[in-house]
Amino acid sequence: MTATTSVSEAWAILEGLSDPEIPVISLRELGILREIREADDGLEVIITPTYSGCPAMEQIHDDIGALLAKHGVKARVSTRLSPAWTTDWMTEEGKEKLRQYGIAPPTHKVSDVAVVKFMPRPSAAKLETVPCPKCGSANTLESSHFGSTACKALYRCQDCQETFDYFKPY
Amino acid sequence: MKAPLDYVLHLADNSLILGQRNAEWCGHGPILEEDIALANISLDLIGQARLLYQYAAELKGGGATEDKLAYLRGSREFRNYTLLELPHSGPLSGYARADRDYATTIVRNFFFSALMVLYWEALLQSKDEQLAAIAEKSIKEVRYHLRHARDWLVKLGDGTEASHARMRSALEHLMPYTKEFWVSSPAESQAVANGTGVDVASLRSQWDAIVNDGLNEATLIRPQDTSGYVTQGKEGVHSEHLDYVLAEMQSLARQYPNATW
Repeated sequence: MTATTSVSEAWAILEGLSDPEIPVISLRELGILREIREADDGLEVIITPTYSGCPAMEQIHDDIGALLAKHGVKARVSTRLSPAWTTDWMTEEGKEKLRQYGIAPPTHKVSDVAVVKFMPRPSAAKLETVPCPKCGSANTLESSHFGSTACKALYRCQDCQETFDYFKPY
Repeated sequence: MKAPLDYVLHLADNSLILGQRNAEWCGHGPILEEDIALANISLDLIGQARLLYQYAAELKGGGATEDKLAYLRGSREFRNYTLLELPHSGPLSGYARADRDYATTIVRNFFFSALMVLYWEALLQSKDEQLAAIAEKSIKEVRYHLRHARDWLVKLGDGTEASHARMRSALEHLMPYTKEFWVSSPAESQAVANGTGVDVASLRSQWDAIVNDGLNEATLIRPQDTSGYVTQGKEGVHSEHLDYVLAEMQSLARQYPNATW
């Protein structure tokens, strides 16, 4: 295997790797997998962590190394903090997969919104309408800012009564 | 440019100690959603602490690791604000115990997250690139922490007579500890001098605005906080409570050095 084919091949191999918490979405679609490049001692795979304390990151780190090793690709995984990961990096197909899986994807791009830096007033937060991933109704309510993982909030649909996770814009 | 080691440890210890304190609610939250919320907030804080300790270990060299910094230092070596090590209850001394009080938890998280949204924002301009990168991640998380704390500040402050009274006591108990934010430690002055740190005093008027706005909506009156003792946790002079936090947090690592699983 030559070095030049390895980079594209590595992308293809890693396409099969999904997020440990949300198995329907690949690491590329989630925007965690940033770059694969040639280094002196093989390939370097660069990932950017989602939340600082996300316990899935170590798993992702190990999964990447193990999967590439299984395919005989010598690679090391390194972490890049800046620019910081944002839900804006999720691909459209990835968002659609989330919705079908029952998780409402982020409703807007963080970069499109003038961030209310210092005073996140509850009234401003309520302006955000999160459609129910099950029935599509906009009549939903936030039950909690923090859901089953740090990246999600807990919502409830007032129409179909479904309780669902919302992937918060970050 | 590199930030002074003690400055990075100050930020790391703040995150770790408050993360450890908030994690005490895990399995004991007043309602399930809050149990989960506090665990998530702790996870963010401990994640931030890890990034900072990894960097501090690099600055320190000589075989230092994030685990050694977190688990094998004594209380005098910790550089966190005293506010963050206090138990979730009103004033206590020695080994006295009291039930956990959610009002104390919320007021503390409100004070600290209001500071950190400003602090991380300012640190984006740090001449220390690694510190600026950690700030870029942390700012997103702490905005959610502030939103959470502020919501509950308003719910409980402008709630029932009982919840209002408990919020008022928590406020009166904790407000004096915030004075420590504004008095520079040698590490902070050094960091400001070499362009890697934040002049915290310059954030004070914005912090006051966030706090006053929140308290106002919560129908709480801000206690006078101008005189009296200023705590010095960030210089290693702590309350007796930090040793109890460390005893619990560090016991396993100290009993089984180098253990892996």
